[in-house]
Amino acid sequence: MKIDRRSFLSFVIGGAAGTALSPLPWKLIDDSSIWSQNWAWTPVPEKGEITYVNSTCTLCPGGCGITVRKVGDRVVKIDGMKGHPVNDGGICDLGAAGIQLLYGPTRVKTPKKKINGRWHNISWEAALSEITENLQDLRTNGLPHSVACICDSDRGTVPELLNRFLTVYGSPNFFQTPSIEDNYELALYLTQGVRAIPGFDVPHSDFILSFGSGLIEGWQSPVYMIKGKSAFKQNGGRMQQIEPRLSKTAAKSDKWIAIKPGTEGAMALGIANVIINEGLYNRDFVENYSSGFAEWKKLVIDGFSPSIVSKITGSEVATIASLAREFARARRPLAICGRGAGKTPGSLQDFLAVHMLNALVGNINRAGGMVAVTEPDYINWPEAEMDDIASRGMQQTRIDAVGSTENTQARYVLNRLPEIVNDAAESPIRLLFVSGCNPVYAMADTQAVVKAFERIPLVVSFSSYMDETAAQADLILPNHIYLERYEDVPFARGFPKPIVGLTQPVIEPLYDTQHTGDVIIQLAKEMGGTVAEAFPWDNYQGYLEETLEELASLLEKGFRLNDEYSSSNGSGAFETESSKFEFSNSEIKALPPYTPVPAQGDESFYQLLLVPYDSMRLASGYVGSPPFLVKALEDTILKGNDVLVEVNPATAKKLGLSNGQYATLSTPTGSGRVKVYFFDGIMPGVVAIPRGLGHTGENKFLAGKGLNYNALCAPVEDPATGLDAAWGIRAKLAKV
Amino acid sequence: MVIDLDKCVGCGTCMVACMAENNVPFREDDTDKLISVAWMRVYRLTNRKPYPDTEECFLPRPCQQCEGHAGHSPCVSVCPATATDYDMDTGIVSQIYTRCFGCRYCMAACPYHVRQFNWWDPVWPDGMERSLNPNVSVRMRGIVEKCSFCIHRYQLAKEEAYAEGRREIEEHAYQTACTQACPAGAITFGDLNNPKHAVHQMVRPDLKHGGKSKNPKAFRLLERLGTNTKVYYLSSREWVRRAGDNYLKNEGKVKHT
Repeated sequence: MKIDRRSFLSFVIGGAAGTALSPLPWKLIDDSSIWSQNWAWTPVPEKGEITYVNSTCTLCPGGCGITVRKVGDRVVKIDGMKGHPVNDGGICDLGAAGIQLLYGPTRVKTPKKKINGRWHNISWEAALSEITENLQDLRTNGLPHSVACICDSDRGTVPELLNRFLTVYGSPNFFQTPSIEDNYELALYLTQGVRAIPGFDVPHSDFILSFGSGLIEGWQSPVYMIKGKSAFKQNGGRMQQIEPRLSKTAAKSDKWIAIKPGTEGAMALGIANVIINEGLYNRDFVENYSSGFAEWKKLVIDGFSPSIVSKITGSEVATIASLAREFARARRPLAICGRGAGKTPGSLQDFLAVHMLNALVGNINRAGGMVAVTEPDYINWPEAEMDDIASRGMQQTRIDAVGSTENTQARYVLNRLPEIVNDAAESPIRLLFVSGCNPVYAMADTQAVVKAFERIPLVVSFSSYMDETAAQADLILPNHIYLERYEDVPFARGFPKPIVGLTQPVIEPLYDTQHTGDVIIQLAKEMGGTVAEAFPWDNYQGYLEETLEELASLLEKGFRLNDEYSSSNGSGAFETESSKFEFSNSEIKALPPYTPVPAQGDESFYQLLLVPYDSMRLASGYVGSPPFLVKALEDTILKGNDVLVEVNPATAKKLGLSNGQYATLSTPTGSGRVKVYFFDGIMPGVVAIPRGLGHTGENKFLAGKGLNYNALCAPVEDPATGLDAAWGIRAKLAKV
Repeated sequence: MVIDLDKCVGCGTCMVACMAENNVPFREDDTDKLISVAWMRVYRLTNRKPYPDTEECFLPRPCQQCEGHAGHSPCVSVCPATATDYDMDTGIVSQIYTRCFGCRYCMAACPYHVRQFNWWDPVWPDGMERSLNPNVSVRMRGIVEKCSFCIHRYQLAKEEAYAEGRREIEEHAYQTACTQACPAGAITFGDLNNPKHAVHQMVRPDLKHGGKSKNPKAFRLLERLGTNTKVYYLSSREWVRRAGDNYLKNEGKVKHT
């Protein structure tokens, strides 16, 4: 057959038409779409036996019980533990996203050493021998006190192991990261003479007066407080929130009273003034259970009349008076303080003023009131023997000068560290351990903190995650994360009863990590001598079993609650000289008098006030937000990589800024690019920025998003305690 | 489902619990909420008054599970693939991912923005796929997904009840992930038609009037559209209740009865 043009075309066209009419192309398209949809990058989760493990969450000091769902050997879900006294089935954002920390990209998978700015994986033996060598050298040179440790807490077995190690080694320089607890505990100590943990019986109160506390935004134990607030409202309780910004807590209160930032203490004293003047205070408590009332009364009556307080706070006299009356007339009124989630300590005088309000209405140590919860008492080790070097080291002054000056009431003043290290010719700290916290991110004035960390010759981080502090360290000895290890949780912050929780392994450690407790015991053994003798345990597990005698029952139940615990104002409640609640005593009188903490910066140049705020959807503690939290964040907080700062429309218009516009936010400490968000619920002249953003590092789900408030602010030392009392800083917002 | 807006604190735990339970993917930048996949979303409402009279309220929004009239939900009516259907037994609007071919008619039809399209295949960073829940299938690109009222939990509860020789599922046996997680106890879940269930007692739905609640504090979103939704909201604040629907400027105060 001859192939000419005509027959060729007919063949091609006919063939195409024939194929098109056949099911073939459609079948192929269908098949290829199904095929491509089945490509392996859409994972099919493996099935397996479903089991549940009870444990305790340690992502914040809230002490919530968790029930972890496993499928085979995988962890798939974390829920709140039903029946747990703190959270009874509830959970928070961060707790629910905990699995993303376990499997997430931020884990440190093996010990690491930084050589010339680059990380190298090393073995545990090499890491430990390097630290031991350094520790031996410092001891031989008579410098044991140049070893320091920063811990998230000073309670519980791991912090106490670290502290014990430092003591027998010869260094008094143990630090706890600061928070409002420092001030609350001091207020309890000064007025009631007890070393105790503050507890708040929110569910049984009927009137809450909050001085800027984010009751539902992470203050104390977040889930306990959110649950408590629901119960409290159910029982007909009323709540009033005093702060310059309509926070979520303010939005959920019955009344929001905006006052100038940083003047909460004056407001409390003004309210006390009205209560005393109108005789509304609880006579039974004041007359029978307190002393020093007359002196304190004089101070309040003379110095804090409603008109004076009105001038300081910007609140109206009538508002102060009506607040005072409503507060004093409630049956179980509770006053709380500590701004936001309570990440920075604040001023001791603020806490004392608010604490006195609770005493005025007699709502101390009873249902619906503020309770002094006894400290956990299960850690009772024999006194460790110290050699000469250790004793000499322990006699040295602490680096933060605590104990050497009279006006310092706090036990640890971490915020002094950067300045001391940076100002010295040679860093007084030669070796620093960091455990359970992220000071490089969380401390005020990031630049100074980074500089200080750079000046310390050897920084050892126990972090499970590559956070800012770990990135700044020289050695990382990664701890198991909380789903992989045993640990005691000695208290639940703000919970009004003594409770001990147990964290237990839900899953075998995924990586080459080691329990920090084990690492300390090993280090001690390698040190030898009295240091090794102070740690007679084989490993952490054995040590925990010895310490917690009822470990078996804890393993089963997950917690131990002292339900019988009821604090009363009877004998023994107050361990002061008078055995009563002391409104005034020699120690309180010795404190510098109340003055509002000033904001740093030149008012003529920095015309605005920058205040931070906390959100449940942003983790701002030791761990950063896992991807789910960043995803759940409102687009009024984060848009793209830009943080939105809240500005009152009136203020913004004065500055010529429009909604959604880029602006440069600058403070005396730093500056950065932000987006403007018009928010009616903020006092004119104030700018608010969320805490928990502006992380650095390689975590693409979190790093590089927004600004870190700590890089913009600077600490202001409280003259009473030395702790950081800053509530904000002066700032300027200008068009880009 | 009943959501008490007086109790809701806007913490967003429901969103995170939902993401973890239902294998919701996440991306490096999820701040464009129009394309970010989230079955549950908490909205921030304001009364639009200037300082200092500003008020805020938070409104969690799962799929509203519209019944419409006799099962004619807005999305079900438009789906050409029968990928979504209204189940008369449970009152839940289903979504069958493998049937969906991504035309997105349902997204246009949904008055509540509860449906989201997968523009990309979900990617879990190395190792993170270990956190996936085998009871919920992972979705692929090119399809629409939405809240299912944790239907897999219903199926598990049903199987359990059948295995124990019961026909009826107990109230506590079937609860959604958001309900279980909510620290404020703002979400209550159960069978609206069962007078013994808490949700029924809270809203007292009037079946003769399209399920309208007899509780003066209760309202539903865009109730006047007749979507007959299964999610009731409670609020003691008038402006919040009004924010749940569209009103003409001069319409005056409409009372939800």
